[in-house]
Amino acid sequence: MKRTNELFAIAATFNSPNDIINAAKSIAEAGYKNFDINTPYPVHGMDKAMQLKPSKLGYITLTFGLSGAVFALLFMWWTMSIDYPQIIGGKPFFALPAFIPVTFEVTVLLATLSTVIGLLTFIFGFPHNKHSLHDTNYMKKVSADKFGAVIYADDSMFSQTNINELFTTLKAESIEFIYHNEKESYPIFEPKFLTFLLAVALVTSGGTYFILNKLLFMEPFSWMAYQDKTNAQEKSDFFADQYGMRQKVEGTVARGYMPYPYMGQVNPPQTLANPFLPTKENLKLGQAKYLTFCSPCHGNFADGDSRMNGQFPNPPTLHSTRARDFSDGMIYHIITNGQNVMPSYAAQITREERWAIVNYVRVLQRAKNAKDSDIELIQKGLINAAN
Amino acid sequence: MQQTNLEYHKKELPKKLEQTGWIIFGAGVILAVLGFALDQHRALLNYLMAYMFILSIGIGSLLLIALEYVGGADWSVPIRRVVEFLAAIIILLPLLVLPLVLNIHDIFHWAHDEAVNTDTLLKGKSPYLNITFFIIRVFAILAIWGLFYYLLIRNSNAQDKTHDQFLTKKNIILSAIFIPVFAITITLTSVDWLMSLEPHWFSTIFGVYFFASSVVASLAAVTLFVVKLKENGYLHPKLVDDHLFSLGALQFAFINFWAYIAFSQYLLIWYANLPEENFWFLHRWQHGWEFLSLLLIVTHFIVPYAALLSQPAKMDPKRLKFISIWILCAHFIDIYWLVMPNFEGYYFSLIDLVVPLLVIGVIILIFNYRSKKSNLVPIGDPKLQKGLDFRVP
Repeated sequence: MKRTNELFAIAATFNSPNDIINAAKSIAEAGYKNFDINTPYPVHGMDKAMQLKPSKLGYITLTFGLSGAVFALLFMWWTMSIDYPQIIGGKPFFALPAFIPVTFEVTVLLATLSTVIGLLTFIFGFPHNKHSLHDTNYMKKVSADKFGAVIYADDSMFSQTNINELFTTLKAESIEFIYHNEKESYPIFEPKFLTFLLAVALVTSGGTYFILNKLLFMEPFSWMAYQDKTNAQEKSDFFADQYGMRQKVEGTVARGYMPYPYMGQVNPPQTLANPFLPTKENLKLGQAKYLTFCSPCHGNFADGDSRMNGQFPNPPTLHSTRARDFSDGMIYHIITNGQNVMPSYAAQITREERWAIVNYVRVLQRAKNAKDSDIELIQKGLINAAN
Repeated sequence: MQQTNLEYHKKELPKKLEQTGWIIFGAGVILAVLGFALDQHRALLNYLMAYMFILSIGIGSLLLIALEYVGGADWSVPIRRVVEFLAAIIILLPLLVLPLVLNIHDIFHWAHDEAVNTDTLLKGKSPYLNITFFIIRVFAILAIWGLFYYLLIRNSNAQDKTHDQFLTKKNIILSAIFIPVFAITITLTSVDWLMSLEPHWFSTIFGVYFFASSVVASLAAVTLFVVKLKENGYLHPKLVDDHLFSLGALQFAFINFWAYIAFSQYLLIWYANLPEENFWFLHRWQHGWEFLSLLLIVTHFIVPYAALLSQPAKMDPKRLKFISIWILCAHFIDIYWLVMPNFEGYYFSLIDLVVPLLVIGVIILIFNYRSKKSNLVPIGDPKLQKGLDFRVP
């Protein structure tokens, strides 16, 4: 590395930890502020000898540790008990004991990461790859078996003769003058650098390809893929009928499921009536489900004017006399069973939601064919049109 | 080495200490006897708590000595005598345990034949939980501890005169044998005296829990004595705050360890929610015990954790003194929390004062007695100088 003529620092090496403690004490007592000690391993008592103030790094650790704890707890509180509450093991939504290990981990993670990053950026000035101490004999010695002290040239008390004298009286093993590095430029389009980039790209993509396409299909990594279990639609030797997927036991009904006995018939019996009153909540539910499942064909206001119009057997308007004369049960039957090209929606929409849609369709029909009495009622303010 | 020895001159502990010890101990004994006359059951439970408190400090201190030898620690050599004096409690234990052994029936539910015969679970546990085997275990364990105490201390004391390095080596081997023995015996002790108060309960981590709290308590007692003795100039003059830092750091570590173990026990039982395990915690969350449970978390973890978090705090003698007393109080709450909720709802009785009085009295007396017989610094230990030179980075 090329060096300028400008002095960067004067460095001295010592033979034993006791010498370096002694040297650090003398340098600090002589009043130097901008100096440093380099040792191959931590020497106890150094902070005091150098008269260092306690490091401020702990505050970074504390701040990030605490914010990690708060963040983890708030995150779990919001996801687990507010945004998407799920019952897990019969525990409360905000299950503090279960959250504590995660909180602890996040606290430790943020605290350690912030300590390392804080150390590198604030204290070492990372990336500091042009430090003038690099590539000196001094640095080689203190990385092996010597103990070094270095006084920087920008110290206010810096004087070559004084420092030389000080190091000599401290019985330094060697004294070295270190000069500033010459500024070097690092061109991006250097062949070496480009080759290196290419090699990294090849190794990374080749390695990824090998792992994902080859390695995972070799023993024993493939064991996860081939397990001793029955997948959906698969044949099973365990059961006599060889069905992997089991039928439900005859005569049983799933919890909360109401069977619909009129599937496949053209008309439901006259007695099929809407068990739900058109309350505000019920109509809101019906509106939401209508807009989700029905409006793509029948249109937002049931006019049959959706974008499907013209590309498909036209979906009918629900405001025709025929549709208005349907009983509630008939509309429910059509949704449940399907009609002509309209498929059954029994699997997508629950029973209660289907009846809610029926109520909502009735509201739409009434709105398009309002009687004079209805308009009078609205004018009197007895009905709020917005609802 | 020779110079180091000259700097230390033995100073006798003041007479006043012994008098105070006798007064506190006497008051404790009188209160215990009075309590025994008024409410025999409660007095016995209080005596059990006092016994467990004393035992935890004694055996915890013996472990600290063994750890020093096995770990090859230097920093703790100058203060080892303080730990040894506290470990001397072990020789008193066979005497202190007698009132409990004589009243097994009044303390333990499993000691009643008619209860065991109608209870499948207790019947299943009876090969272990029966009076004969219990008494054998108690005295065998105390004998083992006494033996190790005697051998370790005899070598340590002999070294003061002979300066023989070989004795340190002997103690290292003894300590290496003692540590696994300690692990087994402390588990059995905690199961016998504390866990079997609720014989239907299951918890495999309980021994570790008691180990953690006994090390916390003995570290607090050691720190308190070291700071007090150092302030009044009874220890080596070259002892500095850096040695206190190590004690503070160990306290901080074991406070965390205790919380970790206590929480692990709670978390697993809370998660599995099995009726044969969870009732133990449910008892501690009803009838007023919930306040003591919360108090335990605050006093035994949150406050000492916050107080000892920063580096300067760990070497501040004033703070260490305060936090050591605080932790000893928290240890009392801990043992109270382990014992009392097994029996009744929360209420405070004057008989409960038996515990602190007896504990403080016994510790002061045994410490004073031992301090008369040997130096307060192990002047013959080859590592003493290195220990005195110890500095925090």
